[in-house]
Amino acid sequence: MLSFIGRSLVQKAITLFVVSVVSFLIIHLAPGKPSQVNPLNPKFTPAMLERFRKQFHLDKPLYVQYGIFYRDLFTGRTVSWKDGQPVLKKIWIRFLNSLPLFLLGTILTWTFSFPVGIHAAISRGSRFDRVTTFASYLLISIPGFFFAYVLIILVVTHLHVPVIGMETFGISGISKLHYMMDRLWHMLIPSVLGATGGIAVLSRYVRSEMIEVEGQDYIRTAVAKGLPPDEVHYKHALRNAMLPFVTMFGLILPGLIGGSVIIESIFSWPGMGRMAYDAILARDYPVILTVNFISAVLVLIGTLISDILYLVADPRIRLQ
Amino acid sequence: MDIVKTEMSADIIHKKGKTKKQVTQFFMLLKENRLAFSGFVIFFLFLLVALFGLVLTSGRTPVFDPAHIRLQEKLRPPFSKANTDILQPDEVPPMGIYIFGTDNLGRDVFSRMLQGAWVSLTVGFVAVGISVVIGIFMGGIAGYFGQGRMLWVDTLIMRLVDIMLCFPSFFLILTVVALLPASMYNVMIVIGLTSWMGTTRFVRAEFLSLREQDFVRAARALGIGNLRIIFRHMMPNALGPVLVSATIGIASAILTEAGLSFLGFGVPPPHATWGNILSDGKNFIFDAPWLTFIPGLFIFIVVLAFNLFGEGLRDMLNPKLRKDR
Repeated sequence: MLSFIGRSLVQKAITLFVVSVVSFLIIHLAPGKPSQVNPLNPKFTPAMLERFRKQFHLDKPLYVQYGIFYRDLFTGRTVSWKDGQPVLKKIWIRFLNSLPLFLLGTILTWTFSFPVGIHAAISRGSRFDRVTTFASYLLISIPGFFFAYVLIILVVTHLHVPVIGMETFGISGISKLHYMMDRLWHMLIPSVLGATGGIAVLSRYVRSEMIEVEGQDYIRTAVAKGLPPDEVHYKHALRNAMLPFVTMFGLILPGLIGGSVIIESIFSWPGMGRMAYDAILARDYPVILTVNFISAVLVLIGTLISDILYLVADPRIRLQ
Repeated sequence: MDIVKTEMSADIIHKKGKTKKQVTQFFMLLKENRLAFSGFVIFFLFLLVALFGLVLTSGRTPVFDPAHIRLQEKLRPPFSKANTDILQPDEVPPMGIYIFGTDNLGRDVFSRMLQGAWVSLTVGFVAVGISVVIGIFMGGIAGYFGQGRMLWVDTLIMRLVDIMLCFPSFFLILTVVALLPASMYNVMIVIGLTSWMGTTRFVRAEFLSLREQDFVRAARALGIGNLRIIFRHMMPNALGPVLVSATIGIASAILTEAGLSFLGFGVPPPHATWGNILSDGKNFIFDAPWLTFIPGLFIFIVVLAFNLFGEGLRDMLNPKLRKDR
């Protein structure tokens, strides 16, 4: 077990190194220079340009820039090119804004998809199964931004749920409870939107996993020896069908940072996705690279966790 | 000599008959699965619309002019008649009505949708084409050399897959598309280059089991070259799942392109895409909801069609599921 973890860690460190090099190269070799973003700005004289290039080491060769960038990143000294703020602090603030959205979305996804998928698998071919199957195709296929506007029209004209920003504009001097409710209302629509795609995909996956297990011999044996159907379905079948989902706990982790660029821009939600989008538009390389690096770290940690969970949960898997 | 010839032609006829039979069998199965069949029909209609759209909206004097601005006729609802009193004769849309209304610059939305259909179609097919070619090539080589002396090839390719999976995909696509000059071809290539990992993985898995089978051993014993075994003998046996994932991949490529257009990247204006029609129209969502709903619904229907057809294809190719039904 320990040697397995050790080997994975080495492998993942190498992967991370390559990812850091590749993302650095993609950004720096792409046409267009960050210093040219606003050539029409009259304040941007050649002297300033020179200072800008010097300040951010753009005049040095690429491998030196690479070294400087990651040295600064690990010592926490990286600053944004646009406003001089420390990148990690900026990301942390935005991350705290995205976190509730992500948590609510994940909770909605997991609480809805399992009952739906399990029920569809057990009553396979029934009306419930067919309706949810078709509904999940609908939800997978609908473009998120279109669905967002459909929901906006609906809630603005009929339900009076707020749709823009994180809190009502100019709200202050109210009780804590009131404030919390206000925040919750603002979170509702974006997180429901974030969850719909997840529910559709995950419930299909649960269903197919469950059907697969229900076809196994040991389930037939359990039915044949006269166990009550509930015990067969929820004890014998469900436990085995859940195994692949143990690994998915690790794979949620990268979702923490991704956020949704599209949903956050539609709802003016000041989260990670929006920040990344603005950084891309402004060619704020430190921010782009840091977001990329953190999300790569999260992906690697996530896969490591899911591998370990799988080892712990499934006794059939043995390491050589 | 003659005998050989007739035998050969008999063989060819036999083969032709067999493929024909396979095709009819395929359609029989397809018709049984109603959802997949409707997906296939919509896909076919979409193909026709996109082709006609390309012909009718391009050229110097297109039949449906997607770029013509008539400011006096802006935000007209669908099916409204063009006001022939104030328009020049050559400005009037065909049949004198705006089938899908006009946008905030008075451009005919129907023409713009026609023009955008071709973008969606080509982005879907070219991006998936690129990713499938890379995926088949990498997966095939990795799976074939999955054991023995050439193991490092497999290891190298799978590590590459791991590295690619570390990038958050939409964010990566967004970054690259934003940094590159705006063009439709960049969008296709970038989507294709960032979505081949799934195909690689399951083609490799398929090859790992195929390589142990007798026909591959026989081919190797006959001294056939590695590449020929991979692409001529083993690949046709692994194509079923590739086809399924390609169909579903087209759906997600169309969605990705629409998302990029919506954010203002990708195909540069004034060329219309379904994503940027919606993106322009969202500012008038309460005054002119058709500008949001028409492109949205069309993207939705086309993506749904590809998803349904792909899933149906998966069921048809899976004999285990087929028997159970």
